[in-house]
Amino acid sequence: MANKYVTEEARKQIGKAGEARTIEVERGAIRRFAEAIGDPNPLFNNEAEARQTRFGGMIAPPTFCRSLSAAIPDVKLDMGESFRGLDGGSDWEYFEPIRPGDRITVQTKIADLRESAGRLGTMVFITTETSYTNQFGKICALQRSTAIRY
Amino acid sequence: MAHKQRYFEDVEVGQEIPPLEKHPTTQQLVKYAGASGDFYQIHYDKDFAIKNNLPGVILHGALKNAFLGQLVTDFAGEHGWLRKLSVQYRGMDQPGSMIVCKGKVVKKHSEHGQHLVDCEIWLENAKGEKTTLGSASVVLPSRHQAE
Repeated sequence: MANKYVTEEARKQIGKAGEARTIEVERGAIRRFAEAIGDPNPLFNNEAEARQTRFGGMIAPPTFCRSLSAAIPDVKLDMGESFRGLDGGSDWEYFEPIRPGDRITVQTKIADLRESAGRLGTMVFITTETSYTNQFGKICALQRSTAIRY
Repeated sequence: MAHKQRYFEDVEVGQEIPPLEKHPTTQQLVKYAGASGDFYQIHYDKDFAIKNNLPGVILHGALKNAFLGQLVTDFAGEHGWLRKLSVQYRGMDQPGSMIVCKGKVVKKHSEHGQHLVDCEIWLENAKGEKTTLGSASVVLPSRHQAE
């Protein structure tokens, strides 16, 4: 059966990338993020204590990456104006710590577009992949997230 | 400071991860909106949320992701490393009631000289319903390995 929204034409948007952005990580931003999520781990809050660990200083909590927002490539689907959005979930892989003063280059691309009939009617699943790369060219984290439109 | 470091040898398949209780409030949702940059109004504007057929403001999925991140970085300790973290949102959570992050060890294995512990993780609301499911893989130090 032909898809209602995720047509062959729409699927040509898979692979489309948003503009890369480079963001400098401020120590205060890491602390504020840790405070907002209610995580008192000294690694994310206290330089003096974090120095005693194998990291040798403060690092960012795993989902801090979300505050380093990339330009999300625009996905055009013929769903009208009134669709609703839901966050489906995320898969993260972590390779290197993110530290205060790092300059992280963030880029998001469209990894997949699917649709299926669910209890909320036709649901469209937009999967994006975001990479977080530090100033030494090392990938710190990869994020694969699914947004739902219905 | 923190807790005693957990080593790979200390962990057994089937073992529970120490649970983490969270008491999210509307104030926390505003703080999270500010810290993360996610200003979708369903997380802090009750009228807007109700107009969108929601029972009231709801937690950011990303905040629940962060809570589960805390569960597993606490488990990994300061000499461990969170290698993978996955979350799937299955239900909405509202501020003002307690939620608990839980998990258990499902597999232990070593690859490329790293000692990995795979866990099933989830978040339960006050009624005991699992509103978020997920998995995590953490690298733990070994007692037989010079750090």
